[in-house]
Amino acid sequence: MPAVSLQHISKTYNKGTVKAVNSVSFDVNKGELFGLIGPDGAGKTTIFRILTTVLLPDQGEATVEGLDVVKDFKTIRRKVGYMPGKFSLYQDLTVSENLTFFATIFKTSIKENYDLIKDIYDQIKPFSDRPAGKLSGGMKQKLALCCALIHKPDVLFLDEPTTGVDAVSRKEFWEMLQRLKQQGISILVSTPYMDEASLCDRIALIQNGNILSVDTPQNIISNFPAPLYAAKAKNFYQLLKDFRSDPAVESCYAFGEYLHLTFKDAGNCDQLMQQLRDKYQPAEFEYKKTVPTIEDSFIRLMQQTIP
Amino acid sequence: MKQLLAFIRKEFHHVFRDKRTLLILFGLPVVQILLFGFALSSEVKNIGIAVLDNAQDNNSRQLTDRLQTNSYFLVKPAIHSYPEIEERFKKGEIKCALVFPADFSADMERSGKAQVQVIADASDPNTATIAVNYISGMVNSYLQQTRPAPHLNYQILPQLRLLYNEEQNGSLNFVPGVIALIFMIVCTALTSVSVVREKEMGTMEVLLVSPFSPIMVLVAKAIPYLVLSIINFILIILLSVYLLDVQVRGNFLLLFGESVLFIITCLALGLLISNLTNSQQTAMLISMMGMMLPTLLFTGFLFPIENMPIPLQVISRIVPSRYYYIIIKAVMLKGLDFSYIWKETLVLACMSVGLLGIALAKFKTRLS
Repeated sequence: MPAVSLQHISKTYNKGTVKAVNSVSFDVNKGELFGLIGPDGAGKTTIFRILTTVLLPDQGEATVEGLDVVKDFKTIRRKVGYMPGKFSLYQDLTVSENLTFFATIFKTSIKENYDLIKDIYDQIKPFSDRPAGKLSGGMKQKLALCCALIHKPDVLFLDEPTTGVDAVSRKEFWEMLQRLKQQGISILVSTPYMDEASLCDRIALIQNGNILSVDTPQNIISNFPAPLYAAKAKNFYQLLKDFRSDPAVESCYAFGEYLHLTFKDAGNCDQLMQQLRDKYQPAEFEYKKTVPTIEDSFIRLMQQTIP
Repeated sequence: MKQLLAFIRKEFHHVFRDKRTLLILFGLPVVQILLFGFALSSEVKNIGIAVLDNAQDNNSRQLTDRLQTNSYFLVKPAIHSYPEIEERFKKGEIKCALVFPADFSADMERSGKAQVQVIADASDPNTATIAVNYISGMVNSYLQQTRPAPHLNYQILPQLRLLYNEEQNGSLNFVPGVIALIFMIVCTALTSVSVVREKEMGTMEVLLVSPFSPIMVLVAKAIPYLVLSIINFILIILLSVYLLDVQVRGNFLLLFGESVLFIITCLALGLLISNLTNSQQTAMLISMMGMMLPTLLFTGFLFPIENMPIPLQVISRIVPSRYYYIIIKAVMLKGLDFSYIWKETLVLACMSVGLLGIALAKFKTRLS
């Protein structure tokens, strides 16, 4: 039995005019750290809300720990930990008051599950008398995680926990998730940051309410079908325009300081690359073959679904 | 049970850390009581008056002296000529003038009939009428005391008694009204934002994904306001008794119990509003604006309900403060016991249960 399972879940808003999630299916295995990766507005939060039973799906079925999200919502609510995307603790209560409150309404105490949150709570303990609203972004997320964990949930739902958090705190946060995974908690986490995808066991790429692919990050990268080249020149924009209009080029997009491009004929790309250079003669041109990232896969999958 | 206690403690924290809420809760009643008690009064006191005494005789002076000792009037420096009267009126210095003709006493002695002229500023008809009545009463009583009419053998003297408020203390009328008004507005407004605030802040989303029950949330939200409103009630009663000289004639415990019942009705109404709305602003608008007018109109302490057209009388029956106003007047001012007010009590109790029931049924266990 998977920890979380979705089968053809659809959800629309505003009486069917806005499609948020379109026939989404995937499973999260027990003890897995599963990432839901996609840009803002892709439907991540809707999926989280359906799974945490606060929103009803229009169609499809979903289970959490084998329990139906519609029928058994009361049991699910006891068993899962949920951290919404927006900071949702009581800003006027202090750190320790928030934690005590959530521990008590889950019929447990901080003491009982202290070992589970110890690593995280130690970092915010110096501020335990500070109102939650006055914490920094990273501290807030740590506190929210503590509150979501305090009842030792079977499944943890974290909706964009690292959005608005600095790079160091983000790294720390992911390390915490790895440790929680070792405790046997299944974790479903969403993020708009592609670089965090590789930290998950498996990921689902989502765009406009559609799942593009579900696999391990390694497989998604190695399934990238064509050799990928990175190129740059003095006039970056001209280069992008030229390459995009060239019939030999399959796709071309800006990626950091480089252009990433693939060719329609994957056979002898090195030769094609040289032909491009000779054809357009860009100044200060350099190119290299490069290893695809999750983001490259995402962009490729996205372009395939949007004709 | 432990959950509920934790919840209630959390709600107390919210209330005590929100200085504005506390200010509304305790500031508003005190200000209203003091305002109605001292500043806003329907009694007419200290009417500016000046005398043009052309007679300068014994009778006119004695009447002027009587004016001076009367607390309703504030006697201004004497007027010396007719044109001065209008001048003083225009300056706003006086609201009333009293003119004695030159042969005031002589007329009285000779023909038994003398005239005084009372001129009043009727741009405020209420004050003018009252002033004129005061003066005619004063002149009459002066006449009776100094010259008892021997030729009249038959006299009807009405013996007036103003029951329940013999001193005509104006506070007696408004204190019950203000108490009803305060609870209706303060309790409803404060609870009406309590649930919707959690929706707006996003904390409701986390709360929903926890093993709580809606009834627990509603009870926990209501209890801090119930406790604070009871303290508020005692504060208002103390202010009324010691500052405004309003006596509680009936059983204080009965009054207390009825007030707690009314507070619960208001809290239930607030919770219902909170469950039906989606933003604190809407909730506040409904509970403040939406409640203020019906409460003022239909409680009965500003405008008598008996004089209203039938449709309005029907509407007034759904306003809880109307029943409480009847109850509190009966217990506080008339000293009646429970047997006189059980009907109103029953209505309030049914309203509370009904409102709480609807609030509970309307509690959304999911996001919109």
